[in-house]
Amino acid sequence: MGKDTKLILDPLADNNPITIQVLGICSALAITAELEASIVMSISVLFVLGVGNVVISLMRNIIPSKIRIIVQLIVVATLVIIVDLVLKAFAYELSKTLSVFVGLIITNCIIMGRFEAFALGNGPWRSFLDGIGNSLGYAVILIIVGFFRELLGSGTLLGIKILGDPVAKTGLYAFGYENNGFMLLSPMALIVVGIIIWVQRSRNKALIED
Amino acid sequence: MEKRTDKNSYTVIFAIGMVLVVGALLAYLASALKPMITENQRLEKQQNILYAMGINNNTPGSATFISTDEAPEKFEKYITDQVVLEVKDGKIVSQLSREEYKAKNSGQEPYLIDVKKQQANAKAGKNRKLPLFVGEKEGKKFYIAPIRGKGLWDAIWGYIAMDENMVVQGAYFDHKGETPGLGANIKQRYFMDDFYGEHLLTEAGVFKGITISKSNADPTNQDKKDYEIDAIAGATITGDGVTAMIKKDLKLYVPYFKNLKNKQ
Repeated sequence: MGKDTKLILDPLADNNPITIQVLGICSALAITAELEASIVMSISVLFVLGVGNVVISLMRNIIPSKIRIIVQLIVVATLVIIVDLVLKAFAYELSKTLSVFVGLIITNCIIMGRFEAFALGNGPWRSFLDGIGNSLGYAVILIIVGFFRELLGSGTLLGIKILGDPVAKTGLYAFGYENNGFMLLSPMALIVVGIIIWVQRSRNKALIED
Repeated sequence: MEKRTDKNSYTVIFAIGMVLVVGALLAYLASALKPMITENQRLEKQQNILYAMGINNNTPGSATFISTDEAPEKFEKYITDQVVLEVKDGKIVSQLSREEYKAKNSGQEPYLIDVKKQQANAKAGKNRKLPLFVGEKEGKKFYIAPIRGKGLWDAIWGYIAMDENMVVQGAYFDHKGETPGLGANIKQRYFMDDFYGEHLLTEAGVFKGITISKSNADPTNQDKKDYEIDAIAGATITGDGVTAMIKKDLKLYVPYFKNLKNKQ
């Protein structure tokens, strides 16, 4: 496997940002009650992390090490605000969908984590690939969690009623099935992430730490 | 060996330079794009108000506005009048028609009144300007009032369309930063549609408002006179915010509707 391919593929499983590096947990818990929100968040992070990694990588030789965290924060905040402003002017509908996520992207530790761990020490192209790879790895977990939380919590997927109508008692609900309201709350997201981590480590013993 | 970038002087200069560059860039973008953003917000208000009175492109299950191209023309056509009430301590001090208001406020349309600012005025003991939009569709009259309050994380607001008896004829809600999948669902149709036909006044004409209730035992919302709407699971605080803004802001319009009745 080539070095560059590894940058993309590693974070998808064996070096997953959420389950292995434990980055981006907060947003994985906060916004996964619906599959759609998970997907929107994933795409936003893909964009910001891809571009942000390149910017930080280009600046890596001039950033003073004493204030590098603040510089990283400024770069990501500026990027996100620029995108938000441009969307508000040219794609207002889209910007309304994204508005809630703007604050969440800036504070997402996966962004700062990859800036600090990778972009500061590598060239722009490799940093770009690292950004894409990590945000894809993040997306995979978000979408899995969002899938189960929306399906079991609301009985829908992307807003479409999959299991029937809970009020009119059709489909599964006719047999006495009930939505699990607990799935909609953040603690359940933590449990789902925990289950993913457990499944992953039981299949690949090399990932188990002492 | 100390690197060039480790020096204190370099750090300070870098920080100042970065702040200047980023500040200038953001300030430039914000002011360059401001006219377009304001225009988008203006059209959105028109879409919101029209949505509340049932003029929209809804498909089953999803809430869709009429397009922004159509909005100004339809707004002109369906919103026949705009009234501005000035209230103080719950009493109407004066009532201005659309033309009177525009003449007094250098041509500003009443629907552009900033509800947030007016709420702050009321808190500071000043008069609060309450806009009310009168719409007419297929011979039926709608009275649409803007409301605004607090959700869990940030502001929530909406437009409630009523008939002359203060029976809800449509509702639109929006929010700034409620949790996706939970509180953010106040702008979903299954929540907004429930308000249709719901009464705000008791038989005796006393304002009761609508409560977002977790225990109303009426999930399909058959009872339109129970002053309750079924809550969204996992969004208690946002729901309470909706209850509060309905009770607080719509109550101010009650004297207007009483006058309306007396005139007839």
